[in-house]
Amino acid sequence: MKDKLMDFDEALERFEPVLGFEVHVELGTRTKMFSAAPNPAHPDFHDAAPNTLVDPLSLGLPGSLPVVNAEAVRYSISLGLALGCEIAQSCRFARKNYFYPDTPKNYQISQYDEPIAFDGAVEIELADGRQVSIPIERAHMEEDAGKLTHVGGSTGRIQGAEYSLVDYNRAGVPLVEIVTKPIFGAEHDAPEIAKRYVAAIRDIVLSLGISEARMERGNLRCDANVSLRPRGQEALGTRTETKNVNSLRSVERAVRYEIQRQAAILAAGGTIVQETRHWHEDTGATSPGRPKSDADDYRYFPEPDLLPLAPSRALVEELRSQLPEQPVAHRRRLKAEWGFTDLEFQDVVNGDMLHLVEATVVAGAAPQAARKWWTGEIARLANEQGVEASSLVEPEHVAQLQALVDEGALTDRLARQVLEGVIAGEGAPAEVVEARGLKVVTDESALVAAVDEALASQPDVLQKIRDGKVQAAGAVIGAVMKAMRGQADAARVREIVLQRAVD
Amino acid sequence: MEQAQSGDLTRLAGHELAALLRSGEVSSVEATQAHLDRIAEVDGDVHAFLHVNEAALEQARAIDERRAAGEELHELAGAPVAIKDVLCTVGMPSTAGSRILEGWIPPYDATVVARLGHAGLVALGKTNMDEFAMGSSTEHSAYGPTRNPWDLERIPGGSGGGSAAAVAAFEAPFALGSDTGGSIRQPAAVTGTVGMKPTYGGVSRYGAIALASSLDQVGPVTRTVLDSALIHDVIGGHDPLDSTSLEREWPSFAAAAREGASRGDLAGVRVGVVKELDSEGIAADVQARFQETVRVLTDAGAEVVEVSCPSFAYSVAAYYLILPAEASSNLARFDSVRFGLRVEQAGQTVEDVMAATREVGFGTEVKRRIILGTYALSAGYYDAYYGSAQKVRTLIQRDFDAAFEQADILISPAAPTTAFKLSEKLDDPLAMYVNDITTIPANLAGIPGMGLPMGLGDDGLPVGLQLLAPMFEDERLYRAGAAIEALLAQRWGGILATKAPELAGGAR
Repeated sequence: MKDKLMDFDEALERFEPVLGFEVHVELGTRTKMFSAAPNPAHPDFHDAAPNTLVDPLSLGLPGSLPVVNAEAVRYSISLGLALGCEIAQSCRFARKNYFYPDTPKNYQISQYDEPIAFDGAVEIELADGRQVSIPIERAHMEEDAGKLTHVGGSTGRIQGAEYSLVDYNRAGVPLVEIVTKPIFGAEHDAPEIAKRYVAAIRDIVLSLGISEARMERGNLRCDANVSLRPRGQEALGTRTETKNVNSLRSVERAVRYEIQRQAAILAAGGTIVQETRHWHEDTGATSPGRPKSDADDYRYFPEPDLLPLAPSRALVEELRSQLPEQPVAHRRRLKAEWGFTDLEFQDVVNGDMLHLVEATVVAGAAPQAARKWWTGEIARLANEQGVEASSLVEPEHVAQLQALVDEGALTDRLARQVLEGVIAGEGAPAEVVEARGLKVVTDESALVAAVDEALASQPDVLQKIRDGKVQAAGAVIGAVMKAMRGQADAARVREIVLQRAVD
Repeated sequence: MEQAQSGDLTRLAGHELAALLRSGEVSSVEATQAHLDRIAEVDGDVHAFLHVNEAALEQARAIDERRAAGEELHELAGAPVAIKDVLCTVGMPSTAGSRILEGWIPPYDATVVARLGHAGLVALGKTNMDEFAMGSSTEHSAYGPTRNPWDLERIPGGSGGGSAAAVAAFEAPFALGSDTGGSIRQPAAVTGTVGMKPTYGGVSRYGAIALASSLDQVGPVTRTVLDSALIHDVIGGHDPLDSTSLEREWPSFAAAAREGASRGDLAGVRVGVVKELDSEGIAADVQARFQETVRVLTDAGAEVVEVSCPSFAYSVAAYYLILPAEASSNLARFDSVRFGLRVEQAGQTVEDVMAATREVGFGTEVKRRIILGTYALSAGYYDAYYGSAQKVRTLIQRDFDAAFEQADILISPAAPTTAFKLSEKLDDPLAMYVNDITTIPANLAGIPGMGLPMGLGDDGLPVGLQLLAPMFEDERLYRAGAAIEALLAQRWGGILATKAPELAGGAR
């Protein structure tokens, strides 16, 4: 069933959108939130086989007990501080009770009325340079659930599946859930604000080094709440909560879509159902999930297996002193350091590639070279495939690729072929060069032989060159490059052609 | 001849048996075999055990070999111990008395079990209990009731009736129990044995299948106060796997018990009699024994004062909100997905299977409390029920604080009556709940409590005394408990447990 959509501008004319976001951040600690089991969100444990990163608590075995991960608490406090929040003098964990097979204890240990961090704000910068402040309600600690794979249904969802597989590796991964206050006044910028906000959280998390923050891997997950109210109305409209938006582009599109969908319903005299909605990247639409009401009864009560958490003021101040610079200041510093023009820098920021370029520079590439890769060839391929640039290739590999170019082992053209190989999963650049045999031919005698052969087969061209028509050399260079299967440095070939022609 | 010696070994107190093991007069294999024989002899009648450890003799032999090799062993090494089935044990099923965990063998040991093993004690097996420790009679076990060795027609108390009966029937010198609202002290009272609920946080709960996390505490069940102290010394102390476990240095409880017993009097000890636990609902013969005990204490130099704890009136009500609330959440994990029973039919959804499994796997009392607890935590009722109950908890703590201003220890009957008959209260949950009135306040306040014998009722069945001390002052209970035990033993010509009638099996 296809939703009716109202034109975006018309929707904004008639209704005011109110936004709210819940962003879950998986912390990259070595062990889980409440046990010593390895954490799959830590780089060392990414590729673990299902149900191998488990212990009695991850499986909810009888008699198992939680113990708070002190590292996760430090990460959470740092994140709270970076969000401009107050850090609680004392806070408690609570049990959120609900039955679901991915939740091994059939309750989630979370925080309810006493979050570790509250009352903050995040500054974001829009494409045109305007700054917007997003108010933060709270950031609280909790544990992730396991992962269900539904088998046998057409949709991959639980409805209609024959059976489901459960992987408890993710059960107990430390999470911080960041909840905004209602965001008013977003107006036409609502989709962009949504994207920029999630990007800002991602940048903060990366700068703190507390998570890899890869949306496609679920390190960072956004639930986008959207409601509309008719112009002039005080009361908030009914909201929907869109889940499964796992890229920045999706966040932007999902918010736009919900505004258009809800506007069409309201304009036709309908009512919005309070529910979770599922974002579909392929169709660019949301579909209804389960109904959700404020009366959902999770029977919260204080977790009796854990003591209240009272972070010492000394710890909070120590962590505050170690905070990295704010993203806006960080951007300004990078722009100056890299010497980019306004246009070049905007290009990087708007393409959401700042952290990628930065990581590539950190890995050894010159800033301009890094910029050209990401905003050029990689952006083109990402666009072509309709995916995020970050999901195509690792910054380290881009830096390695550029190093090969810098040392003359690859031409730009060859480097693009190597990039394709890296994206195709053939390994690191050096491995692709090796496997595909793409190295530049630097053997002078081979080049000279090829040039001599080309000149001999095109005597008319040779004559023109000797007559001083140097531009005629192009035809010979082309023939040599072809003979070398493109693996030669064209500039060097040209030199040799001119030299041999007059000899 | 060998039969006779086996019989003798089971009659010894735990510390006496341990002394023979240390001196080499008795091997762990002999001691273990004697108790296995006793179990084979009487447990058909008593049904204290759900599982007997097939590896017990092998473990005993290993201890004997280590001793023979000259290794320095713990003072209790080689002595047998029975483990309540609520505790996780590698290699032995751990069912908590429930059908839903039938045959489940944990991949890890509870911390207390690991500590016993580390000290070289030999596990005889797992003892019966009310399902998930919900009950006061062991009749709610999915595997049939345990019977009181003093009278097989009567209940052994609960939930730890199996551990108490095992110790009372000389099937084990030592046992472990767990006490959420009296599950160690009340069975001790009605079987003429000693049971100790430590200060909350004094003993690790890791690997104890949770009933109500904020109330549960693991503790020893034995025939003498010193034996409880010895076990407490082994299992107690901080455990990093239990966040509610206290980080503090505890004194030697065995030393306190030995000092208390050798001193022989209670001079200068201020003993408070809790007015509210000595009147309503307490049987006349229990009251009579209690008054006699108070006189014994006075004669021994104790300064007896009456104290009042008015909030105790609300303790049962508060307890039966907090316990079911926490239990409803703790028991949610029994859903057939990862372990335990699974009841399923083709084509059913996971919700169907969860519901069917819980329908079949849980007994009536468990379902009753899950429903109660789910209701008490529901939105709109939380403040009125769970919230109010937590306030009562605070009031009870204040009552205790005030009482302990006037007294070093408090005393009361440990149970309102002697052991009642099987089935007598099974259909009347409220009557069963009220049975815990004397023991519940200690759990709500987190303070330590001990149950020990104070004589026989008019029906010739054991009557128990309860001692209470302030938070962290477990030592006081061992010191005073051992002194009272010694004073009473003088009157009786031995500890009460040895006065139990011979079981039919034993006469054979």
